[in-house]
Order: sequence, then structure tokens, then C-alpha cells
Amino acid sequence: MNGVHDLGGKHGFGPVEREENEPYFHADWEKAVMVMNLIGLVKRIYNVDEFRHAIERMGQAEYLNTSYFEHWLASVSTLLVEKGVISREELEARTKEFEQNPQTPLPERKDPELLERMMRAVPKGMAEQSEPDPAPRFKAGDAVVTRNWQPPGHTRLPGYAQGHRGRIHTFHGVYVLPDAHAHGRGRCPEPLYSVGFESGELWGDTAEPRQRVYIDLWESYLKPVEG
Amino acid sequence: MGSHHSEPEPWVVHRVRALESLLIEKGLLSTEVVDKVVQTYEKDVGPMNGAKVVAHAWVDPAYKRRLLTDGTAAIAELGIGGRGGGDKMVVVENTPSVHNMVVCTLCSCYPWPVLGLPPVWYKSPAYRSRAVLEPRKVLAEFGVTLSEDIEIRLWDSSAEIRYMVLPLRPEGSEHLSEAELAALVTRDAMIGVAQVQAPTAVR
Repeated sequence: MNGVHDLGGKHGFGPVEREENEPYFHADWEKAVMVMNLIGLVKRIYNVDEFRHAIERMGQAEYLNTSYFEHWLASVSTLLVEKGVISREELEARTKEFEQNPQTPLPERKDPELLERMMRAVPKGMAEQSEPDPAPRFKAGDAVVTRNWQPPGHTRLPGYAQGHRGRIHTFHGVYVLPDAHAHGRGRCPEPLYSVGFESGELWGDTAEPRQRVYIDLWESYLKPVEG
Repeated sequence: MGSHHSEPEPWVVHRVRALESLLIEKGLLSTEVVDKVVQTYEKDVGPMNGAKVVAHAWVDPAYKRRLLTDGTAAIAELGIGGRGGGDKMVVVENTPSVHNMVVCTLCSCYPWPVLGLPPVWYKSPAYRSRAVLEPRKVLAEFGVTLSEDIEIRLWDSSAEIRYMVLPLRPEGSEHLSEAELAALVTRDAMIGVAQVQAPTAVR
């Protein structure tokens, strides 16, 4: 979707501001949000593409006015409700209870099995692994042009790279197609490539010299071209 | 949190506790899991993993070749990413003529198993919007000025492939051990917004 999350090449966000000796978390609630999301992914309550798309759906103004972990919170809440794990009503009611009685302790519960499963998953990361088929249509060096198709749903073809000519750099393997997977339309595995673009092709006369952008793109995002 | 009793806690704190308590009741969460997973990211999964990979590649040319050909397998060799390895990793090498930089313009994909949790600036709209458009200006803000004949390669992590930069080994580091080299390697150098500095003290 053509949302504000698709930030590549946008103007007006100012300098990159860094924090010296930045802590991993700036508040305890961020820790809980991170772990709840990892559980949602590891227990396959939802997949990573649904997770990313639920962030994209959170509201364009709100997206820019909230932090990374607030994005995660919005997505986790949306998906837990949509997947029927909790209801919107009980979430609102429980939130009110904590607003009125902030000191209420969280319920006690031990879950060694979940703990073990999470500790095994954490060092590996949460990304999807590759699949065996289908065979790739393109090979390294092939000239391609990206589609200009403006889908209203989830896609991983950034707006700044639509309708541009590039060259296949490498074939990564076959991966689940986010455009389908985020919308409950199955896994639809497709060959995934690293595609290189000259900066002038992307940014025209304003491009900085001697720069290339490599983007990981699924086969259906690409069309062959001569050259 | 909670040190200023006069200030009401923000709504987000109550919202998160509501979610936590509901998930605990439904048998999907325990506070112990939250604590242990967080502890792992704070102590065990962080840039020291990536630094170990970089230092090993600097001292062992055969390992470096394996790392650049199949990053996932070479990183798993060092016991990083758990049994069977983690996310698919591609390691891109800085050379005297090429500088690499990693970004995720669509969200904030980041190589967690080797670098841990991303810093706020990496997730910021400023970095995500500008890195692909004007990397030299962004690098200059980070204190890195590259001559115009150096090619800059941006890796936009739009899929499930995770990227890490193998920085240039600094001149004057020939006498250092692998562990000493690892201590020089910063998170920012492995994202590609810094260069690894040689130790300044004469030894």
C-alpha cells in the first residue's frame, strides 16, 4: 500500500538523531510488547507479513506520531483481536481497570514449555526460511524492470523502486510472498532476488554520484527487459 | 518508570499491562518469559556476536571467503544463531573502493542474531527515508566522509534476508589479537555508518 511507512526517498524528516549509550529499552512496557510479539510469531498466531501489514494499517498520522514499540503494540493488539485470541471489549475493559488501579499486580503463571521454546527461537531470529520450488526465471546479470502496480494491500516493493530498471545481482532462494501471506491468501512461494539499481535511475539528476541501491524483490515484482 | 509519583503513567503502560494480564490468563504468556527473553537480548544477543564474526574474518582468509559466500553457514560455525543457524544472512564487504550501508525503508528489518536490537535512529523516519536517497550526507552526519571515487552500496532489507557489513580492518591493527580486534568493532560499523578505528595508544 502507498502508506507513510514506505519512507525511502521522502523529504523533511531532518537529521538522523542519535542517542549516546542508548539503552535497548526506554521503558519496561517496551519489553513486554517485544516479547508478546515474539510469542505471537513463534506460536504462529499470526505471521510476520500480517504483523508488518497491521502496522501499515494503524493510521497514517498516528504512524508518524508514535514510536517503534508503539507500532508493535498497535499491531499486536489488532492481530490478537482479529485472530480471536482476545476480544476488543475485554481489552478496553481491562485497560480501564489498570488505569483506575495501576498497582494491580499481573497474574502469576509458570510456563516452562513456553520459556524453553522462546529461548530456542530467540538466537535464531524470526525470519521465514526458504522453500525448494519454483525454479528462478532470472539469473545474475539479467536486466529487469519493476512493476508499477500500486497495490492497496501489503507489498515489499518500495514505492521509490516502482517502474525502474535494475539488474539481478543474486538469486536468494524461494520465499513466501508477503503480498499473499499478509492477507490470508496462502504462502505462494516465489524466487527472491537482490536487484541492483543505479542511483541515477532512481533519483534522476539529484542522485549522489557512484551509488547503487540493492533491494530484495520477489519474481512477480519484476518483468524482463532487453539489455 | 514509576519514580515520579505525581505524574500519571501514560495510557500505553495500562494498555500493555492489560494485554499482558489477558495473555497470562489465556495461557499464552508468563512474566518469567518476558524477563528471560529480555535478559537474553540485553546480555547475550548483541553486537558482540557480529564483532566476533568480523574479527575472525579479518584474521582467517578462508573463513572470510566462506562468510562472503554463505553468511548464514559461516556465522553458524561460530555458534551464533543457535543450532542450525538463524535468519538468512548476507555479509557485504567494504573495500578501499566500495562502502556498504544497511537500511530498511519499509519497516526496520535488522540482523538481530548478530547485532541484537536496533538503535532508535536506525528505526527513525529520518534514517529510513534518507539513507537510500542521500547516503553521503547521512554518512557525513555520522562523521564519515568518503571520497567521491568510492562507490556506496545501499542494502534495503525488504525481504527476509538480513545484511551485515564486514568493515575494513583499520591500519595499525596488525599486532592485535582476534579478541582485541573484536573489541574495536562497533555496531555502527557493521550497519555501515561508521568505520572501525585503530586503537590510538601506541603499544
